Amino acid sequence: MTEENLPDDLRELYQDLILDHGKHPRNFRALPEANCEALGHNPFCGDKLTLYLTVNDQGRIEEAAFQGSGCAISTASASMMTEMLKGKSAVEARRLFDYFHALCTDESAADKSALDEEDVARLQALAGVRRFPIRVKCATLPWHTLQAALNPSAVKKVKTE
Amino acid sequence: MIDFPIFEQRIHGRRLVYLDSAASAQKPRQVLDALQRFYANDYANIHRGAYDLSLRATDRYEAVRETVREFINAKHADEIVFTKGATESINLVAASWGRTFLKAGDEVLITGLEHHANIVPWQLLKQQTGIELRVVPITPEGEVRIEDVQKQLTPRTKLVAMTQVSNALGTIVPVAEICTRAHKQGALMLIDGCQAISHMPVDVRKLDADFYVFSGHKLYGPTGVGVLYGKRDILRQMPPYQGGGDMIESVSFTETTFREPPHRFEAGTPPIAQVIGLGAAIDYVKSIDMKRIEKQEDELLRYATEKLQTIGSLRIIGNAKQKAGIISFMLDNVHPHDIATILDNQGIAIRAGHHCAQPVMEALGLAATARASFGLYNIKEDIDALAAGLEKVREIFA
Repeated sequence: MTEENLPDDLRELYQDLILDHGKHPRNFRALPEANCEALGHNPFCGDKLTLYLTVNDQGRIEEAAFQGSGCAISTASASMMTEMLKGKSAVEARRLFDYFHALCTDESAADKSALDEEDVARLQALAGVRRFPIRVKCATLPWHTLQAALNPSAVKKVKTE
Repeated sequence: MIDFPIFEQRIHGRRLVYLDSAASAQKPRQVLDALQRFYANDYANIHRGAYDLSLRATDRYEAVRETVREFINAKHADEIVFTKGATESINLVAASWGRTFLKAGDEVLITGLEHHANIVPWQLLKQQTGIELRVVPITPEGEVRIEDVQKQLTPRTKLVAMTQVSNALGTIVPVAEICTRAHKQGALMLIDGCQAISHMPVDVRKLDADFYVFSGHKLYGPTGVGVLYGKRDILRQMPPYQGGGDMIESVSFTETTFREPPHRFEAGTPPIAQVIGLGAAIDYVKSIDMKRIEKQEDELLRYATEKLQTIGSLRIIGNAKQKAGIISFMLDNVHPHDIATILDNQGIAIRAGHHCAQPVMEALGLAATARASFGLYNIKEDIDALAAGLEKVREIFA
């Protein structure tokens, strides 16, 4: 990409890591054995994604995957999120979301003290959206969907084996 | 362009290339000045006081009814009802005419091209009265074929409601011919003229429309004002839509008698200044001449279609033979929202999304498109800027 004549904020938003996850999303598949699932929809732009999680008896996320259609930002955000979620508890996942939300809106409120360094780096890569207020929703859609999926009343599939 | 002060600014350091007039058009100085002059010199509530200012404001307001009548070639000025926009115009017809004259089993026929504003009011009416809502499907090119309309016309069809120009794809629908077919079947015809009104001369008598609706803000006028044209005989049979001041003959607690149309449908203080602004907008486009605007925008559309087709991986969505002022497109592997963000950064405003016409998107198997739409201020250089901007999008996503 010809970066020399791109403004900084646009270059930060569409950096290589984001473009790569946008074009080649990881964990982009249905998860037949998922026991938590939720549909995220942004009616403003038509972005839709289904998030699949398998959560074990200890409440830890063993698998996370998604399917759907969306822009580069929401797809990259979902892709990176599913990578980060593996092994996390609901509380830890929530902490990541809170940090990311703060990064996108009020950076001074962002508290990374309890977070994994690698996760922080990935979320910071996505936080370029803060310069594009209308795109913040694209980046946070997967995370809002995650909240819905982890909400006990939203569990649509329960494994009974 | 010199008439439009908004173009004096720079966006992200670039000249503003505004390609979203289908969503709302920019305002010429003539409209802004008319609003300013009216508020500064002639403003008072209308149809009220026996004092000079109120009479003057009333005269100015009522004069715009005549301006609109002439502009769309209605027969009588009292066939022009001022509303707050096309959405309210359609809701008015659904609520007043629909609830009075339609019953369970009657059919309203729309098309797959409609804006949500010409779908949802009929769905509400369906819930209230048990009418059937039928939909003429669109072709893969985004056209509405007359024979497909004919197939769906039945003796139960009481109203055919359709857009004259698709806001999502730009398709021009053969509404005049469809109107003839509808009338043969005994149905009335409502035409959504929101996109057509700013792109081509409109003659409601030639179309033989029973209702014609449009919004002022897409015609270079202010927001908050729109028009419902209805044939006099039909409007006179319709009960009030809302109750309140200014629409009554006399009110007591036992009985109220209503004024004749159009006042019957204009309860409360109307958007007085906005109506004055709409009048100024019509005077403005008339001074340029609608035929000339149509020709200029057709040339621009042709130029844009050719130019965009030279961009690799670009696909134009909606390839109707007859189109007006709107071009929807996709780039392979780039979501419309990403296109819009990168273009915005270069001062180019386009729309990305479903354009309030989700069924159109569904019929074409798309979630969203990017859309460029033209106004009378657009020039070939704007298309060149768009094409260069799209090349930049492709570079970033290469």
